[in-house]
Amino acid sequence: MSASKPKLAMYWAASCGGCEIALANIDEVLLEVDHHFDFMFCPCLLDTKTKDIEALPDGDIFLTLFNGALRTEENKEMAELLRRKSKVFVAFGACAATGGIPALANQHGLQHLLDTVFLNAPSVENAARLIPQPICHVTDGELALPAFLPRVLAVHEAVSVDYTMPGCPPEPEQIIAVIRHVASGAPLPPLGTWLGCSSRAVCSECPREKRGVLAARLLRPYEGIPETGWCLVEQGFACLGPATRGGCHALCPTANMPCTGCYGALDATADPGASALTALAAAVDPGKLAGKGEEDLHRRIKHALSGVADPLGTFYRYSLAATVLAERKPEVEQ
Amino acid sequence: MSCQSYSTTHPTIPTNNVDAIAGVAVKVVAFLCNWCSYAGADKAGANQLPVPAELTAIRVMCSGRVEPTMILECFQKGADGVLVLACHPGDCHYKEGNLRAYCRAELLECLVPQLGVDPRRFRFDYVSAAEADRFSQITNEFVDQVRALAVRPFKN
Repeated sequence: MSASKPKLAMYWAASCGGCEIALANIDEVLLEVDHHFDFMFCPCLLDTKTKDIEALPDGDIFLTLFNGALRTEENKEMAELLRRKSKVFVAFGACAATGGIPALANQHGLQHLLDTVFLNAPSVENAARLIPQPICHVTDGELALPAFLPRVLAVHEAVSVDYTMPGCPPEPEQIIAVIRHVASGAPLPPLGTWLGCSSRAVCSECPREKRGVLAARLLRPYEGIPETGWCLVEQGFACLGPATRGGCHALCPTANMPCTGCYGALDATADPGASALTALAAAVDPGKLAGKGEEDLHRRIKHALSGVADPLGTFYRYSLAATVLAERKPEVEQ
Repeated sequence: MSCQSYSTTHPTIPTNNVDAIAGVAVKVVAFLCNWCSYAGADKAGANQLPVPAELTAIRVMCSGRVEPTMILECFQKGADGVLVLACHPGDCHYKEGNLRAYCRAELLECLVPQLGVDPRRFRFDYVSAAEADRFSQITNEFVDQVRALAVRPFKN
């Protein structure tokens, strides 16, 4: 390890490890990373400990790629620690950016979550009804676990984030581009920029043909086999491409898989799920009234939209922590 | 693009002293289409039909212009209810803006409770420029319904 090279750190909070795999997927460019950076902290790959980070002077790490949402106090502490120790702090991946899959837990209260996982799940046998506690007294003393935060947070809700790199996970070539840019010493973009993604929709990168037609109705995934080469939205599949940032080269739609929105909402000023909802609501053909009355129209549109069985899971799959209603106390429980 | 910025630039029905008058301080935001329900509201006023004082009217050029984000933002900023009143199907000034609005409303009705908001706080309906009675009836019904929901958990 050379002291002269800028330090690079990567940390996982509430995440699956896919972001680390995405980093490993840059293959031989890892040698370039090693050439330019002192890759010194990454619990998935390296053995550096938290106390080693604590011992560093503030701002000593040049670049931190922080992936994962914030679920526990420990996640939050690590975000705060790494923020303090880093010059450039990047929220890396969909979970860090907008909550990702872990944030879907926010639709139920914390108690509901613990009850489900530790008491009510069909595969759980917990006769003593034990639920992990932050502090547990045993004969030899006290054991501590990090407590849950009341809700899953996106990283920017707890610490100031310099840049956001979306994706579940971010595409390796985008990681390479960002790392090469930083390594080149070229000026960094304005703070707050979303890196490694496009400001245009996934559709602009999608090779499927748009025929300019509206879908008769939205389909659930099992209800049809997509026609090769034809826009999934126009076929009625709930593809979020029109409302999602590009940068992934439309990987999923190219492989007949509707976009699920992992690169984040295209419209940064809108509620992410609401803009996805708008995009899909515009994809169906409301038809003509044809003198049949409002009831008939409503029945038809209801049927046309019934392919979205779970609006929240469809529209906020990666972004529930970022909804404008995130801070509000729920008044109805699902 | 917040709903608040709209309410300051468009005519609104003042609600500041509702607390003092009725003892209940609910606030209902009504997005009214310029071509139908806004004119219907005007007519209700001219006809001296009862319109709840809790209603904050926001005139939009088309119900299809009401983005779902604006509706969620209303709830986030403390609205107790949100009403979207559109032209009847077939009557849209822009041909199908109201049908687009209906498609969104249909999905929103399912989404709103998933986000923890009581679905009775959101309503989409049709009011034409001539239907002053209907405007009065729908707004009163809706405000009564919202008022009956007692607590306002979305107030800061």
